[in-house]
Amino acid sequence: MKTFLNRLKSIRIGRGTVIGIPMLWMIIFLFLPFAIVFYISLTSLSEGTSPPYTDIFAWGSDGLLTIKINLANYTGLVLDNLYLISYASSVGYALMATFFCLLIGYPLAYAIARSNPAHRTIFLMLVIMPFWTSFLIRVYAWIGILKENGFINQILMGLGVINDPIPMLYTPFAVVVGMTYTYLPFMILPLYSNLEKFDLTLLEAAADLGAKPKTAWFRITLPLSMPGIIAGSLLVFIPACGEYVIPSLLGGPETLMIGRTLVDEFFANRDWPVASAVAIVLLAFLLIPIVWFQTLERKADKKGAK
Amino acid sequence: MLKRTIFQKLALIVGFSFLYLPILLIVIFSFNESKLVTVWGGFSFKWYGELFRDEVMLSAAWLSLKVGFISATLATIFGTIAGLIMARFGPFKGRALLAGMMSTPMVMPEVILGISFLLAFVAMEKMIGWPADRGFVTLIIAHTTFTLAYVSVIVQSRLADMDPSIDEAAQDLGARPLKIFFWITLPMIIPALASGWLLAFSLSVDDVVISQFVSGPGYTTLPLKVFSSVKLGIDPKINALGTLIVLIVGTAALISALTVMRRAKKKG
Repeated sequence: MKTFLNRLKSIRIGRGTVIGIPMLWMIIFLFLPFAIVFYISLTSLSEGTSPPYTDIFAWGSDGLLTIKINLANYTGLVLDNLYLISYASSVGYALMATFFCLLIGYPLAYAIARSNPAHRTIFLMLVIMPFWTSFLIRVYAWIGILKENGFINQILMGLGVINDPIPMLYTPFAVVVGMTYTYLPFMILPLYSNLEKFDLTLLEAAADLGAKPKTAWFRITLPLSMPGIIAGSLLVFIPACGEYVIPSLLGGPETLMIGRTLVDEFFANRDWPVASAVAIVLLAFLLIPIVWFQTLERKADKKGAK
Repeated sequence: MLKRTIFQKLALIVGFSFLYLPILLIVIFSFNESKLVTVWGGFSFKWYGELFRDEVMLSAAWLSLKVGFISATLATIFGTIAGLIMARFGPFKGRALLAGMMSTPMVMPEVILGISFLLAFVAMEKMIGWPADRGFVTLIIAHTTFTLAYVSVIVQSRLADMDPSIDEAAQDLGARPLKIFFWITLPMIIPALASGWLLAFSLSVDDVVISQFVSGPGYTTLPLKVFSSVKLGIDPKINALGTLIVLIVGTAALISALTVMRRAKKKG
């Protein structure tokens, strides 16, 4: 009995330590940093000091604790058109990229799910493989394709469709194409795992009952694949909203996206408090889709566990 | 029925062309003699030679490999522990917090993660004097933190597929938890650990945004070097580099595909 109790004790101590290791790491290096960003977003810019922000809490000469909170970083975001346009166009470009990912990704995921099971693994691997090759180099490839004397313009001019090259690189179009290309696998994978489970006898039943293929698709396939569509769209939309690399490589100077504005504010202007406020507002905005996605995942997890 | 198969073929052709045409162009033009990236000037290995003579590029690649290796290893250790906790430990205080923190890096835009890491490092330096500057250590901490989430998901789902009664049997026979883990659980989840490590490594080696925030002078990783040179315009050396990456990834994919097929044949 005594040894049993001892063993139980040793298990419990071990358990706490084991939980503590990743917990502590994540609290120090993930949770705390978010708190610090929030703190700095409430300070004022202090040029010439390092780090370039003021303290919120300070002991005054009279021995009293003074608290100075600066909300101007947030009100400034609303009053300055630069930020409003950046936020709005980020959402716009991200929505367009999500739409095009769905347009290309849905038929592809559908075709893979319906293909010969022997080919399926290979197709899936082909979807995932670009994701393993360098993200930066895949974006870079589009510079060569969209340039003034790039691949598309040369083909079109060679065919005599156009006489002068169409400016495509450094436009919002290039940014949307780049994001669609980069995030397409994120759309296809959840869609595929949803469509793969689809019960084909449902469509046969619908056909037996006289439904045309189109009606059956709209009334049965589409509603049943909705969880996949939503999960895939969120997985594209969320990172696309905060995208920085693609607009800075493929976009022009007027192609504003909030990720790019944030980085510029931080490195070029060294305005850490405003950059922090930009990050906090972006985070607050994305919290809705992020929580939505996590709820979906948890639901899928529970279903899988059954 | 015929119409449907045509539609499916079309979807496959359009989808995969879109995914692979840009990569194919990179590979083709990496062998282009001409400096003009889109005009064919004859076959040549010139840019590969230039790539391997570029000292800055090579040292950046070496730094990326070192950071990737260390942070993927740390991420695999922490991620495995976290996956084990989530899959096997049942309810405990703070479970929801841990689950939330684990999934955050996977859905959070990188700019937010990057600014948070850097501001935290600066604040820590101010308060406790560590880390003294931005560079190797901060790169490793940041990369470990954002990649360990992926490892934990892979490990957790592998453990969820496993029969817990094997562990229970060992426990009934008197094995201590640590022994059970190293002798029974770990050997069974080794494949998940390997794919988790590879994913963490490739995410680390490929990262631009977070590295840009947490890296310091003298610590330019390969993606940072590529990013700054691509911003200045087209550079044929990048085509050569891209082709090498595609070659490595393609070979790895082929090997894993062949192993999967062989295993499937054995089973069948």
